[in-house]
Amino acid sequence: MSVCMNADHPLMTVRDLTHMYGNRVGCRDVSFDLHPGEVLAVVGESGSGKTTLLDCVSARLERSSGTVGYQMRDGRMQDLHALSEAERRFLMRTDWGFVHQNPADGLRMNVSAGANVGERLMAVGQRHYGQIREAAMDWLGRVEIDDDRIDDRPGTFSGGMRQRLQIARNLVTGPRLVFMDEPTGGLDVSVQARLLDLLRGLVDDLGLSAIVVTHDLAVARLLSQRMMVMKDGRVIETGLTDRVLDDPQAPYTQLLVSSILQV
Amino acid sequence: MSTDARAFCRDEAQAIATYNFAYLDEQSKRMIRRAILKGIAVPGYQVPFASREMPMPYGWGTGGVQVTASIIGPDDTLKVIDQGADDTTNAISIRKFFARTTGVATTTATTDASIIQTRHRIPETPLTEGQVLVYQVPIPEPLRFLEPRETETRTMHALAEYGVMHVKLYEDIARHGHIATTYAYPVKVEGRYVMDPSPTPKFDNPKMDQCPALQLFGAGREMRIYAIPPWTQVVSLDFEDHPFEVQAFDRPCALCGADDVFLDEVIMDDQGTRMFVCSDTDHCNSRQTAGHAGEQDT
Repeated sequence: MSVCMNADHPLMTVRDLTHMYGNRVGCRDVSFDLHPGEVLAVVGESGSGKTTLLDCVSARLERSSGTVGYQMRDGRMQDLHALSEAERRFLMRTDWGFVHQNPADGLRMNVSAGANVGERLMAVGQRHYGQIREAAMDWLGRVEIDDDRIDDRPGTFSGGMRQRLQIARNLVTGPRLVFMDEPTGGLDVSVQARLLDLLRGLVDDLGLSAIVVTHDLAVARLLSQRMMVMKDGRVIETGLTDRVLDDPQAPYTQLLVSSILQV
Repeated sequence: MSTDARAFCRDEAQAIATYNFAYLDEQSKRMIRRAILKGIAVPGYQVPFASREMPMPYGWGTGGVQVTASIIGPDDTLKVIDQGADDTTNAISIRKFFARTTGVATTTATTDASIIQTRHRIPETPLTEGQVLVYQVPIPEPLRFLEPRETETRTMHALAEYGVMHVKLYEDIARHGHIATTYAYPVKVEGRYVMDPSPTPKFDNPKMDQCPALQLFGAGREMRIYAIPPWTQVVSLDFEDHPFEVQAFDRPCALCGADDVFLDEVIMDDQGTRMFVCSDTDHCNSRQTAGHAGEQDT
């Protein structure tokens, strides 16, 4: 990792996080630390509680119990669920990014690509059209979208372009932590490969931390340093990505790893 | 005032036996006045109110009519304009409605009126202290077309999260090279709430700022009332490098020669001859009476 600011102190500390949907378990007793510059993958079959966990740690969903601590930009540790709605939303549009599986959930489909990228800048008070446009142009370039598409609506973009646009929109305010929910889901493999390449580059360049939820073990291997395997709402195995994939300990992880199709 | 109103009703019992003063019952008026007071206390904030059925279709100014009905007293003088004109169907109907249900004096002169109900214009003649301008509002929510969920827009207002408003202006510039929004141009009231000034042309936006008159906004179908108290700061949103500008006209009014007013384009014949005249008929008439003349003529 190129950038490691204050790596001794975790960026995010999650302890005994539980979310219940009525009597049903969303996720239960999840604990982990996320360090600056680290990419953590959460894998598991569908229904295992990955997305619930992601929504809980990103304060999009109320937890039932447990704590989620986050190191704010000024260095102090803050319990996310004690933040006011205003502070939480501010965090969401400055310090965090959220990449949805379906780009339509994370984009404004009825405004141009430039406005999509510029929105966060305007939301934090940027009021100079020229500068906003320049920043948008710059970011479109970094996610490999041609300059002349800046005034086109995302509806005219392919799936892969939309996903890249969503990433640009999230990264424009220089967040420190990005949550990704199946960022490559629904894309064909060659587009997936390019997107992963791009994400790896960006994460490396910017020293981003990320929590990536995926059911695709290959994505996890490429992007993440550490990995958590979930089943039935619990974390059943955790460790360095290479270790977990090459030497899975839990029976379910062994099943998961051996289920990968070999071409 | 309501004692006066009741006395009036007794006196006029024969003429309008079945209606309360100003049509609405006193309880409804009280409810609407409470909403108005709250609106004045929180400038630019949309106060929900229990909009009543009025004897006209939604979209014809039911919100404005309810606000006017709640604040009007026997001593008031009412003026009603529609797109600046006193003599269109909507303006005449509403003026007659109040003349019949209240018996108050009506006028077309801006300076004589104590209450001016308006559809989509602010009179050219500067308003004075003590006057009330009542706007008819079709869609009170400036964020509506950017965020369709009312629950979400209310949160956005509560948290003053107005970044998306600039997204719309950005789109304008990206597409047209300038801010192409010409009416219902969003404003920020007293540095806090972003507000839709109803579909007035943006030409009128500067008149809202530090206006000596009280400005009340009623949206009947949408059940919202909001207000700008006198002498309140009203700023039109813009970008540093694309500042807010009002429309400019390349010719003066053909009838009165005024060149600092909002003009209507009038098609004169089947050949497409056009004439540009003041949209504010009272302003135009009084200028003509005072001897001003345009280069009119066919």
